[in-house]
Amino acid sequence: MFFDFSKVTNWLHGWLTGFMPEWGAILTESALVLLAIIALYAVFAIIMIYMERKICAAFQCRLGPMRVGPWGLLQVFSDVFKMLTKEIVNLRKTDMFLHNLAPFLVVSASMITFACLPWNKGAHIIDFNVGVFFFLAVSSIGVVGILLAGWSSNNKYALIGAMRSGAQIISYELSIGLTMLTMICMTGTMSFSEICMQQYEHGWNIFRGHVPAVLAFIIYLIAGNAECNRGPFDLPESESELTAGYHTEYSGMHFGYYYLAEFMNLFICAGMASTIFLGGWAPLQIPGLEGFNDIMSAIPGAVWFLGKTFFVIFLLMWLRWTFPRLRIDQILSLEWKYLVPISMLNLILMALAVSFGLYF
Amino acid sequence: MNFTLFVTALSTGILFVAVVTILAKLISPRSFNEQKEEPYECGIPTRGRSWMQFRIGYYLFAILFLMFDVETMFLYPWAIVMSELGPNGLYCVLFFLFVLVLGLAYAWKKGALKWQ
Repeated sequence: MFFDFSKVTNWLHGWLTGFMPEWGAILTESALVLLAIIALYAVFAIIMIYMERKICAAFQCRLGPMRVGPWGLLQVFSDVFKMLTKEIVNLRKTDMFLHNLAPFLVVSASMITFACLPWNKGAHIIDFNVGVFFFLAVSSIGVVGILLAGWSSNNKYALIGAMRSGAQIISYELSIGLTMLTMICMTGTMSFSEICMQQYEHGWNIFRGHVPAVLAFIIYLIAGNAECNRGPFDLPESESELTAGYHTEYSGMHFGYYYLAEFMNLFICAGMASTIFLGGWAPLQIPGLEGFNDIMSAIPGAVWFLGKTFFVIFLLMWLRWTFPRLRIDQILSLEWKYLVPISMLNLILMALAVSFGLYF
Repeated sequence: MNFTLFVTALSTGILFVAVVTILAKLISPRSFNEQKEEPYECGIPTRGRSWMQFRIGYYLFAILFLMFDVETMFLYPWAIVMSELGPNGLYCVLFFLFVLVLGLAYAWKKGALKWQ
């Protein structure tokens, strides 16, 4: 009943193998996947930068960008072209190799995690049976890029920003791991496509897991916000103390990569929240209401996925523009003294619920 | 097939950065200036080197993270099969979790979680 995207990919594979050898077909498909990743990445980055500016403006009773294009719609494009035409400054005493390597690590890490998201039934790029492991492993490569950027810049602000960022990201990674573990206790699988399929059949995880799942969702949102260096946790680049943190010495397009990766990490974080807690592409189903369920199933899965993802993004932006910035000791004690013990208790709660069958 | 796609995604990231950097270097203007090559520290001349000794607190948190993250990784295989294991498996893992919490409590009491 629900549209299966693997029909399209199977048809494409069959059509390509019709007139070219197997390796040629796989090469062509890889090229298509490459183009798809870059296109989606760029499109969502542009949408999110515009959204962030407009939402920030709305929270502060301003209009936001209005001059370039209708309602400032072309502002982001003009910013991208401006960044492209700015000089990439080479500083005298930097570690050039590491300085140039760092953007590669940051962007590659965020692109691979971006490829893990399930967009629709059958429409996922990377789908291992240990998907959650893979996701956690790749997402922590980004920290290496940030640390390298700060270290190689030969600038004290950049170094302090990178160290703060490293301490913060690895600390909050623990909470993300624990909350994902809590949900995996219930799903019993680590593959993202199977997690979505299960939620399509039995209902969203946040409803199935009741109290522990809601707690895990809240902890995930806090930790995810800190993982993206945003919101009240943006002290690695707190502009009033550290100029721009770890990317102080990056100029032009080099700075653009960090900007891009930061926004896309927010998208990936929200996408994971919607996949693991809110059902991914699974439509909202209420048992007993047949007509309602049929209407909800008629909406395509990608729309559901994007709707949930942008809902979570809006929540995180709301947090960002509402709370004041925390200090480094407050951030670390929030994680180690509150979130880690609470998520461990939550894990035990979920384990009890699952082993005694107390979930839907 | 999955590995092919992983390599594709990885090369997408590398190609994207490489191509855009080359493009930016081609179209961007270029000028040379003594002042421009200095590290930007709000206009104040830099004193000393930036690659210096750093406070130990960050490393302490990194070590704590390593310890706890490896231990959470051990819990994933259990989480996969936990609905089949039932209450018995839970009691065994509760002991493991107890040791884990004991470690956190010890670090807390020793003052490792305090930022000074």
